[in-house]
Amino acid sequence: MARIIVVTSGKGGVGKTTTSAAFAMGLAERGFKTVVIDFDVGLRNLDLIMGCERRVVYDFVNVISGEANVGQAMIKDKRNPNLFILPASQTRDKEALSIDGVGRVLDELAKEFEFIVCDSPAGIEKGATMAMYFADDAIVVTNPEVSSVRDSDRMIGILSSKSRRAEQGLEGIREFLLVTRYSPERVQRGEMLALEDVQDILSLDLIGVIPDSPSVLNASNAGVPVILDRESSAGQAYSDMVSRYLGEDLPHRFLTVEKKGLFGRLFRG
Amino acid sequence: MALLDYFRQRKTTGSAAIAKERLQILVAHDRRGGGPSYLPQLKNDLLKVIRKYVAVDNDAVSVNLERDGAQEILELNIVLPD
Ligand SMILES: Nc1ncnc2c1ncn2[C@@H]1O[C@H](COP(=O)(O)OP(=O)(O)OP(=O)(O)O)[C@@H](O)[C@H]1O
Ligand SMILES: [Mg+2]
Repeated sequence: MARIIVVTSGKGGVGKTTTSAAFAMGLAERGFKTVVIDFDVGLRNLDLIMGCERRVVYDFVNVISGEANVGQAMIKDKRNPNLFILPASQTRDKEALSIDGVGRVLDELAKEFEFIVCDSPAGIEKGATMAMYFADDAIVVTNPEVSSVRDSDRMIGILSSKSRRAEQGLEGIREFLLVTRYSPERVQRGEMLALEDVQDILSLDLIGVIPDSPSVLNASNAGVPVILDRESSAGQAYSDMVSRYLGEDLPHRFLTVEKKGLFGRLFRG
Repeated sequence: MALLDYFRQRKTTGSAAIAKERLQILVAHDRRGGGPSYLPQLKNDLLKVIRKYVAVDNDAVSVNLERDGAQEILELNIVLPD
């Protein structure tokens, strides 16, 4: 039985696609057969972050409408044989997503995959609600700033009421908080909400804290999920997050300002 | 001493504290919800009834729903002209 995970946030641009790509690659690296689906119909960009944009032939909407089958639309990752990408349509609108259609595709994928990661679009409209409806688990991506935290709180409300699990009377969606773009320097200066502040307000299980890091942009420039950048703090933080999702109990890292060593102080000032 | 003050000041005047305070208020408000969807209609109907007797402005009636634990309090405020 596959597990369906939605990566959601409400607010745009907080790191959902970055997270979906890293998380899916991380699961694949641990040996799980994983597919990551772009629900951002009309504004697809998961394929860019995954670096497979030139191999897109058919998309999610083509599959829903019966113009192609899933096997034709999925792109096999070149780096990891366990990982597949189902791109979104660039031309259609979100109305092309229907509960029946999406449900059918997910049921078919569930036969073949262990994890199905759904990259949700921003907002609370069709694409976002559709990505949430079928989820077993949700990763609520939040930046430490007012509008992002507020939107996450609203998404948490929607998650608990509008899901297939809720309708079928199953145990609710498991919800996890992922704080991204965290800057310990700015927190120390009192300019950014601290992790505890965000947790105070959202009170969800914390699955990870991803530092604000230039390596994320580098990775997206190159079309490589940042989790593959093993040197970077963001890559390591994503790797920890995958471990925690799979049940490991790891302490959170990169939460405090790194003390500059004597060398750093002498040479970097 | 002056140095200590400097650090202390930085800590308390940072905008993060304001952000948290605003968020707590916002989120509490969001969680209460906007009240039942019939509230605007109720307000309109009340205005019509009152206007049978006195001429009042559109903003003479305010309808508010407060939730306090399991209790719901519907608060009606009607301002009559002098
Ligand atoms: N940890 C991070 N450090 C630095 N930059 C980041 C980090 N996470 C995301 N970004 C940057 O933020 C921007 C938005 O990221 P991303 O596309 O993943 O967000 P999104 O939530 O999917 O956006 P949308 O709502 O538009 O789908 C990108 O430019 C990305 O490089
Ligand atoms: Mg995105």
